[in-house]
Amino acid sequence: MIKLTINGKTIEVAEGTTVLDAAKMLNIEIPTLCHHPKLTPFGGCRLCIVEVKGVPRPLTSCTTPVSEGMEVTTSTPALEGLRKTVLELILSDHPNDCMVCEKAGDCTLQELAYFYGIRENRFGGERRIYGKKDGNPFIERDMEKCILCGRCVKVCDEVQGVGAIDFAYRGFKSKICPTFEKDLDCEFCGQCVAVCPTGALTGKMWQLRGRQKDIKEIDTTCSYCGTGCNLTLHVRQNEVVRVTSKEDTWNEGWLCVKGRFGYSFINSPDRLKKPLIKRNGKFEEASWNEALDYISAKLREIKEKHGPDSIAGLSSARCTNEENYLFQKFMRTGIGTNNVDHCARL
Amino acid sequence: MTNSIIEIEGLEVIFIIGSNTKETHPVIANRMIKAFRKGAKIIVADPRKVPMVRFSEVFMNLRPGTDVALINGIAHVILKEGLHDKKFIEERTEFFDEWTKSLEKFTPDAVSQITGVPAENIIKAAKLYGGSRKAGIFYTMGITQHTHGTDNVNTIANLALLTGNIGRKHTGINPLRGQNNVQGACDAGCLPNVYPGYQRVDMPTVKEKFEKAWGVPLSAKEGLKATEMIGEAHKGKIKALYIMGENPILTDANANHTKEALGKLDFLVVQDIFLTETAALADVVLPATCFAEKDGTFINTERKVQLVRKAVEPPGEAKNDMWIIAEISGRIGYPMNYSSPEEVFDELGSLWSALSGISYGRIRANGLHWPCPTKDHPGTEFLYKAGFPRGKVSFTCVDYLPPAEVTDKDYPFILTTGRNLFQYHSGSMTRRVAPIEAHAGKAYMEISAEDTNMLGIKDGEAITVKSRRGEIRINARISSRVSKGVLFIPMHYGEAAANMLTSDALDPYAKTPEFKVCAVKIEK
Amino acid sequence: MKANNTVIKVCMGTGGIAAGGSEVIDAFRTELNTAGIAATVEKNCLMHKVGCRGLCAKDVLVDVIINKEKTTYQYIKPEMVSRIVKEHIIENNPVIDWAVGDDYHNFHKKQLKVVLSDCGSIDPEDIDAYINGKGYEAARKVLTTLKPEEAIEEIKASGLRGRGGAGFPTGVKWEVARKQNSKQKYIICNADEGDPGAFMDRSVIEGNPHAVIEGMIIGAYAIGSDKGYVYIRAEYPLAVERLRKALSDAKTKGFLGKDILGTKFSFDIKVKLGAGAFVCGEETALIASIEGQRGMPRAKPPFPVYSGLWGQPTVINNVETFANVPYIIRNGAKWFSSFGTEKSKGTKVFALTGKIKNSGLIEVPMGIPLREIIYDIGGGIEGGKLLKAVQTGGPSGGCIPADMLDTPVDFESLAKAGSIVGSGGMVVLDEDNCMVNMAQYFLQFTQMESCGKCVPCRIGTKRLLEILDRITKGKGKEGDIELLEKLSADIKAASLCGLGQTAPNPILSTIKYFRNEYEAHLKGKCPAAVCKELLTYYILEEFCKGCGACLRACPSKAITGEKKKLHKIDPAVCIKCGACFDVCKFKAVKKE
Repeated sequence: MIKLTINGKTIEVAEGTTVLDAAKMLNIEIPTLCHHPKLTPFGGCRLCIVEVKGVPRPLTSCTTPVSEGMEVTTSTPALEGLRKTVLELILSDHPNDCMVCEKAGDCTLQELAYFYGIRENRFGGERRIYGKKDGNPFIERDMEKCILCGRCVKVCDEVQGVGAIDFAYRGFKSKICPTFEKDLDCEFCGQCVAVCPTGALTGKMWQLRGRQKDIKEIDTTCSYCGTGCNLTLHVRQNEVVRVTSKEDTWNEGWLCVKGRFGYSFINSPDRLKKPLIKRNGKFEEASWNEALDYISAKLREIKEKHGPDSIAGLSSARCTNEENYLFQKFMRTGIGTNNVDHCARL
Repeated sequence: MTNSIIEIEGLEVIFIIGSNTKETHPVIANRMIKAFRKGAKIIVADPRKVPMVRFSEVFMNLRPGTDVALINGIAHVILKEGLHDKKFIEERTEFFDEWTKSLEKFTPDAVSQITGVPAENIIKAAKLYGGSRKAGIFYTMGITQHTHGTDNVNTIANLALLTGNIGRKHTGINPLRGQNNVQGACDAGCLPNVYPGYQRVDMPTVKEKFEKAWGVPLSAKEGLKATEMIGEAHKGKIKALYIMGENPILTDANANHTKEALGKLDFLVVQDIFLTETAALADVVLPATCFAEKDGTFINTERKVQLVRKAVEPPGEAKNDMWIIAEISGRIGYPMNYSSPEEVFDELGSLWSALSGISYGRIRANGLHWPCPTKDHPGTEFLYKAGFPRGKVSFTCVDYLPPAEVTDKDYPFILTTGRNLFQYHSGSMTRRVAPIEAHAGKAYMEISAEDTNMLGIKDGEAITVKSRRGEIRINARISSRVSKGVLFIPMHYGEAAANMLTSDALDPYAKTPEFKVCAVKIEK
Repeated sequence: MKANNTVIKVCMGTGGIAAGGSEVIDAFRTELNTAGIAATVEKNCLMHKVGCRGLCAKDVLVDVIINKEKTTYQYIKPEMVSRIVKEHIIENNPVIDWAVGDDYHNFHKKQLKVVLSDCGSIDPEDIDAYINGKGYEAARKVLTTLKPEEAIEEIKASGLRGRGGAGFPTGVKWEVARKQNSKQKYIICNADEGDPGAFMDRSVIEGNPHAVIEGMIIGAYAIGSDKGYVYIRAEYPLAVERLRKALSDAKTKGFLGKDILGTKFSFDIKVKLGAGAFVCGEETALIASIEGQRGMPRAKPPFPVYSGLWGQPTVINNVETFANVPYIIRNGAKWFSSFGTEKSKGTKVFALTGKIKNSGLIEVPMGIPLREIIYDIGGGIEGGKLLKAVQTGGPSGGCIPADMLDTPVDFESLAKAGSIVGSGGMVVLDEDNCMVNMAQYFLQFTQMESCGKCVPCRIGTKRLLEILDRITKGKGKEGDIELLEKLSADIKAASLCGLGQTAPNPILSTIKYFRNEYEAHLKGKCPAAVCKELLTYYILEEFCKGCGACLRACPSKAITGEKKKLHKIDPAVCIKCGACFDVCKFKAVKKE
């Protein structure tokens, strides 16, 4: 264990802990844009700089491991001045279009600009303008809003093992893009979208469907494969408009393309909305009562005529435990057969 | 899974066989990559060069259907190298000596002949897996969807027993289940031979227990498995079928046969969220709810019970499945009165001790792994810590036998099927998601460049694939994933349904069809 | 003629080759052949390719040594060879008109050559030439008679400090690496010399690659590493070629590989080519680049010596640092520390360029006054102009103004003056150089070469550059100088790596010493008449002869005037290209 003090408060932490994490344990807030707890430290945004006694220049707390007896100060006029400069520099190369940005209200950059009260900017000048938009169907990549924090690059490599994007070019023209600036063609897991601190990466299908403040979040479990990732459904006006996963879930907030982007079937116009009964080879809409009566009459008739084992039920690995339980209970009690199975083998 | 997903992170060796984890269980693959970043060694055995091969230390590109030989070969080497766990074998297993004898002929060279995997890779994999006591095996349908699927699983179990890689944290035999609640459907008793909690219908005491709980006499006769239901329907013995949320026309092998069978029914009820290929054949179709429209629980592949919460109202007059079942049941003379899904779950828990300790209240934030018998039980992340339920477990002697259908001069290619990353199962959900359709909306068949050169087929060209059971038109996709002579078609596309071709030969025990191997030919 | 006492040395550094060194060598062969001494050429008349000896401006330089008496020829072209062979080699009558003059000798007089002592005298492609001059003796001594700790002690005692720019004590770095308890350690030679106008490391590798290799062997032994890398720019093809040959020869001779010199010590060196990113000279970016990542720096701590290449303890020293090591071991720490100042020991190699008569590669003892470098070695300013400042340390450095010429050249003194020794670039600026323009030039470079990782460097240097741009265009605003100072200070404090932390130096030091020039620009004047937008060209009535040369030269038809009458420039049309200024024989065109 390593003992250090941060803003005069003493704490003991495990060796290898970063100053930023140690501060977090003490509930001391240090602003940061490029750091993400699930990714390796980057040290690019320079907002998390702190002063360490005996070290001549400020150090980024996200990259600096604690050392015995370290004395850290997280906020001084000098540090805050540097942070303000950094923020102004970022904003000097950022479209000031929070008014129409998908991410407004949920944007770390916007939040920091607010806390640092940046209305005037000492720096102006050229801003990166990119004509070409990425044509992929899933992820909107508005690189003018990109602050090059590198989170997307790291998550794509470290977590997803894909490496579809990386830094390209140098200097002010530095940019994150797929190979040769082609359209993104990857696994579309959207992990990059999940970790982006600004509006640079968003879901294409999210657009103009409502911003975070109008949205109700419901935690649930994904209905695709057997992994059982925790999902958060974002609902606006009885419509699922976005799917995310929280970082503190067992799946660490990571999802796949189906879990993250494959939700619009819920609102598909193809959804069945009324019971259908086939008459003369054609489906006709029916009332629930009519349909249920018809079914029960038919099942009773067949059961009486051919015995309960002439009836079988196929339930679904897509339905809940409760539904499956009731289904098999119904088959065994109501019908009186053990002819019940589901698609486990398929 | 005997062990949990989070434990993957602590594995030293990850042996993936018959699982395209990166595409079918992407988030589990993320855990594997996390382990890889921490230094874990990954072994992949697959007839296709699946994406996880990128992270592998050893890749065994076996011929489809030769898994038994491969795993026996690995066991052979582990024994020969003395890497087996003698203490574990002594204390917790039986029939080790007989089994050892059965392995003698599976030398690396002999196995290499059968599987096409170089002997040195078999030895390398054996040394890796056998050399670690934190090694886990992961498999999916690449193991089970064979006429020798049960044999395959038995060999895997043998391997885990041999090395003692079971019953401890960071080990295990881990089948990754393909559907969100396939575990729960089994647990909840949607199986023809058992009641909820795998309690046998043919055991009088069990039957009595359920008769008492449910208040009616029950049948002691084992029911039909799904694949058998279709067969019996075809024979005219099954008259009525009630399908809740399934699409067997696309998902069962030999689609023509399935279609015919359903056509012979007197009465077909389908309850679903879309008018699927199967629903189209029904006499009555009932509009049901999807996961976002109801409360309940799912049990994932690692036996973890998790909450499902209602987020939106169902469209139109669609009703949740519980309500529908209760309504029909009531009309048929067995009334069901439940005020909430929670009440149903609690009833399930009262009938199966593994779930007794789990309540909605306990899993509000995080799920719990069964068995969880009491309200203060923390759940069970990995099984068999205190030993196997039946005391000692047996090694099973398994001999290698070829698949039911092998190639010949008329049908010279091996077709194997599966999923891709973007689509899901029969596609009834994902094919209605615009961006997914835009990106992966076209059916294709993976074929090696060697084969296309030989046949004079261009990338993207439409071809006809024929098996003894049916034929489809599909576009060829030249791919380095498949080897010469092997074809792959994803199962999702109704317009070029892989299951028009697949064989409905079944595993004799599990009754799982051999989706992974059939013989086909290609015509331009 | 006694051919067996004759040695011919032809400069075949990059400068020599560019000036036609290969052709000169061929000419010598042919001429000697024709002269009938062909059969004995290789045996008796030794002809060497040698590396750079510093004064590249006078290439091709050729030494002809007969009976140990050396005559050095300058500006030699192939067609001149026959006369040298005939008169000097055959008749023993040196061709005095073509021999170098006093300036050549003065150039060398005040230099002190340690690292460059063999450069320009031995054949860099011949390992035996190095061995014959006591090469690899130091490695032998260290490997067979010293413990690693003793070797480190010797380097520490010598006071050698890193020659790559930061000046960290080499022995201390090695000691820390030695103490790391790790199975795998790495040693890396940083040959990614990227400062504009710098060519010290290139010349050392081209002129004497074995000294670098020997230094690495000693370093590897000292820290306990069996794997080394030389990270070298791909833009240095000759250096790469010679390095590769030297490595292969050293391996053949048993200085690299397994069980070196019969000891249990094994060490091998790989060459890694850089892809031309300046930032890869920064050690953590260099490491990332070797690992196959984009060359972007990582935060320090942890320093590479604790966690470097692939997370293992790694020592990175630059070419010149390693090249010093064998000479220190050979001659002793005391010998080395007898040169230089109290805190800066030994010598330093500089690339002397700019408005100076003798531009080239020099090696001087630490602490030598700047004045001696400029006037004694460099021969003073070209064209009799006034010295304005000396820029040292390249894009990371600063300016020393003319009135501080007595500043000693060592780590501490240059830092105190607001500049740095850096890797050794030294650019002489005269009255025709605009200091704002100079700062702008360097900023353009650093901005372009910023890796893009950290905000202050990526965007901050861009904003600095934009402010400088508008100042040089006469569009500066009040407060711009102060804004430059403030932003510069913030970039220095907040940037991730050395590139950003030093990028504002050229601005800060020029503001410090030449604030008046900045102020003049704000008022619309460029005192050195460099910044185009601030210039006006006009014709002086008293000098104009009306010859019409300017009128014909003007591409924008801005000049009017009849023959033999005064011409005029229309400032509204003039594009300030300077064609009229260059063409006027009567100095009648004036720019201001």
